[in-house]
Amino acid sequence: MTVRTHVIPDVGAKTAVPALEPLLFELARPGRSGRHVVSDDAADIPAAFQRKTPLHLPELTEPQVVRHYTHLAQLNYSVDAGMYPLGSCTMKYNPKVNDRVASLFADLHPRQSYRTTQGVLALAYELEQMLAKITGMDFVSLQPQAGAQSEFTALLVFKAYHAKRGEAATRRRIIVPDSAHGTNPASAAMCGYQVTTVKSDARGNVDLDALKSALGPDVAGFMLTNPNTLGLFEERVREVCDAVHGAGALVYGDGANMNALLGIARPGDLGFDCVHINVHKTFSTPHGAGGPGAGPLCVKAHLRPFLPKPWIVREADGSYHYDTAREDRAPAGLGDSIGTIKQRIGNFGVLVRAYTYMKTLGEDGMLETGRDAILAANYLLALLRDKYDVAYDRTPMHEFVLSAAKQKRQGASALDIGKALLDEGFHSPTVYFPLIVAEAMMIEPTETEPRETLDAFAAAMKRIAERAESDPASVKAAPKYTPLARLDEVTAARKPVLRWQRPV
Amino acid sequence: MNANPYSPHTEEDRAAMLERIGVRSVDDLLTAIPKDARFPRLGLASGLSEMEVQAHLERLAAMNRTAGSGPFFIGGPIQRRYIPAAVPVLALRGEFLTAYTPYQPEVSQGTLQGVFEYQSLIAELLAMEVVNSSMYDGGSATAEAAFMAVRVTGRKKVVVATEVDFTYRRTLRTYGRGPELEIVEVPTAKLAASAEDAACLIVQHPDAFGSLVDVRQIADAAHAAGALCVQVTEPHANALLEPPGALGVDIAVGEGQPLGITMSYGGPHLGIFACRESLVRQMPGRIAGQTLDANGTRGFVNTLQTREQHIRREKATSNICTNEALAAITAAVYLSLLGPEGLRAAARAGVARAHALAKRLAALPGCAIANEGPFFDRFTLRTEIGGWDLRNALIARGIQVEATASHYVDGRREGRDDVIAQCTELTSEADADALVDAVAQLARSPETVAAR
Repeated sequence: MTVRTHVIPDVGAKTAVPALEPLLFELARPGRSGRHVVSDDAADIPAAFQRKTPLHLPELTEPQVVRHYTHLAQLNYSVDAGMYPLGSCTMKYNPKVNDRVASLFADLHPRQSYRTTQGVLALAYELEQMLAKITGMDFVSLQPQAGAQSEFTALLVFKAYHAKRGEAATRRRIIVPDSAHGTNPASAAMCGYQVTTVKSDARGNVDLDALKSALGPDVAGFMLTNPNTLGLFEERVREVCDAVHGAGALVYGDGANMNALLGIARPGDLGFDCVHINVHKTFSTPHGAGGPGAGPLCVKAHLRPFLPKPWIVREADGSYHYDTAREDRAPAGLGDSIGTIKQRIGNFGVLVRAYTYMKTLGEDGMLETGRDAILAANYLLALLRDKYDVAYDRTPMHEFVLSAAKQKRQGASALDIGKALLDEGFHSPTVYFPLIVAEAMMIEPTETEPRETLDAFAAAMKRIAERAESDPASVKAAPKYTPLARLDEVTAARKPVLRWQRPV
Repeated sequence: MNANPYSPHTEEDRAAMLERIGVRSVDDLLTAIPKDARFPRLGLASGLSEMEVQAHLERLAAMNRTAGSGPFFIGGPIQRRYIPAAVPVLALRGEFLTAYTPYQPEVSQGTLQGVFEYQSLIAELLAMEVVNSSMYDGGSATAEAAFMAVRVTGRKKVVVATEVDFTYRRTLRTYGRGPELEIVEVPTAKLAASAEDAACLIVQHPDAFGSLVDVRQIADAAHAAGALCVQVTEPHANALLEPPGALGVDIAVGEGQPLGITMSYGGPHLGIFACRESLVRQMPGRIAGQTLDANGTRGFVNTLQTREQHIRREKATSNICTNEALAAITAAVYLSLLGPEGLRAAARAGVARAHALAKRLAALPGCAIANEGPFFDRFTLRTEIGGWDLRNALIARGIQVEATASHYVDGRREGRDDVIAQCTELTSEADADALVDAVAQLARSPETVAAR
């Protein structure tokens, strides 16, 4: 593999593009091994159960494994390395102290007694309190392990709420705006609901008239992201919530964009019945190349009885225990609870990081974070608006959506522009989402990118816009300086190769 | 100083940015928000310095008793196992840890190849044809397997063995409330006879109590009735036991945490999900696949995405978006370091130590092993003391075991009053001695233990 040279336009320095890496299986040789776990124990297993199928795991030494994964790591873009302006993903800096303190809780099993895990319960209890305060809600479940699981949990809660009122059989429909994340309709369908989509109006808000005509006695709930996926605050949010409540349905808040509201407004004050939090977005926990996350669900008091169990209880003496698994007492039963999504406290290792971040920021840090996130987005939009079309020209919150429709007509699509950004040393924005904007490019800078970086990103975007005008083919040919050129996703799906096969 | 220590902006920066925007204050950007809802007092404390926050978290951590601080026999899906030093060093590199979902494959080959290798390793271990890039955990993987079986068969009845881990059954029941599935629980012994009209039979092998199960017979019964067979498995067991793919299983799921991932009080962990190739289009979650780039060089992408929520919305096979990719990469690092022999050694150690320990405990007066047949690396101990009281008496002596009395499903305590002891390669002779001595002592006067 030859190493190509990449000239970084801004700096003029040359850097080597990292070489590709063979697969683990291709590096292996029978007989190679480390000595990590050795045992001369003999396992007495009845012959009928013993493995007869060969086990061809790769055999490697530790130095090879270290090189392999170091090389793989070098092929990745990361927020540690540069700006990651993916809209709705809130790729802010991930503080290192959060990772270190999480390791203090690594050697704990979720089935340990509450008596041996008081520190865990104290932390989780306080985290619940903090999340309730930040969102303006009354109670919190830490169980959901990601935003989508939290959506599903909330819809189960809705179902249980309506069942309690004798309306489960009639309320079979969930309404989502056309700007919603795909997880919203998918969660609703998974929960057995029919999905109705309502359109957005010319200002990028939910079309209130369309919503009102979609509402009825068969509607269980409405799912709303606010600010929405256009980065716009829902201008008539209270009227929207009132309309939904007027029809006897509940309002679900998708908290993907909660970073915009930190210290600025609380979903609980705006009419939402619940909201989920993506702590891997708003509260800085690292996203691990696709996961883990954690998706606490924050609800108003009327939904509390339906939250997953167990709940953490604090006694007057400052000790903690679980309510349904009181261990040494007869269980209180599930009551109206939907059950259990995840044993005890969800993705605790992620939640420790979020807790640490929240303790670091405190009251004033929350407000500053929300303000700086909005400032950065509006600044970047001001720098870019003369080169790209703005989809809905209103003051955005923490992110905004450009349209590359003009560039597409010139011969370079949003996808091409994203690829050209890779050559400029930046990650691409979210492209082709939200679906209601043609050639959408959704940009979220977050509060942790310095002004110089925002300027450099804008400069790169402008250079690409100029190339789209003068030499669109060069944009279409990007990326040139990444480890691989554009990948053929069509063949990948048509003739799937989903695992390495041993040559026969 | 900024209130958010990670904020890079100076007051001059902020002023210049506002000027460029053309407003005097950030407040001017917030006019869409109802006035009375703006800038609520949250009631949080002031922010801490890094040094303070470190000390605060250390104080909280000191209120816990870690698993490694004494003899430890709690296990089940989540197991205390040896993690080679290189595992966290590699898997927690910033390039993996702080990357997002690989939406731009040209700058995400580390993730995509890492996940492809994970899929290949698990496919080999389970002898299954296709593995996805991860679910949240074993519980959600089990529930998603049931949902997948419902899609494949068009039936709404799911039959699950009562010897499937209680946490998995809880999650399955909770998930099942959504599409209003009929979830039937029967003992493993009656599973094969309960396949009629079922979308799937869900069996765990080795089961929650450690017992080995004849999965093939259950898979055959499922297929004869037009149902799928779902096996809940544990990764290390497959090093020594015939794997799901050789037993006629259609979907294999399990908790991948024992593969080098810290217990961390329950997560983040790794939902393993594998199935037959013929079912792949009904599979939930992301899948990495091999392809070529524009120059004909091999590379990897997320593929078969028309199953997923961002494309298919309400018609997707699942709502999952964020998964546990980092845990998948961690598991692959672990497996590549241990290799086949290391994995077998770790598994053998757990089995041998569990068998030796069980033998010693069974020899004590009033003690018996409650497993009816052969067991793997954990077993159920029945004593005259009662599992619940024994477990509490052991905690007081610094020994941690699990009691079946803490198994609740739907808020009901279920099962017998026993304790379960899990062994792994980290279970030492001294640990075993401590447990045997303590049980021997307590068993001498069972009535005084219960009285406490």
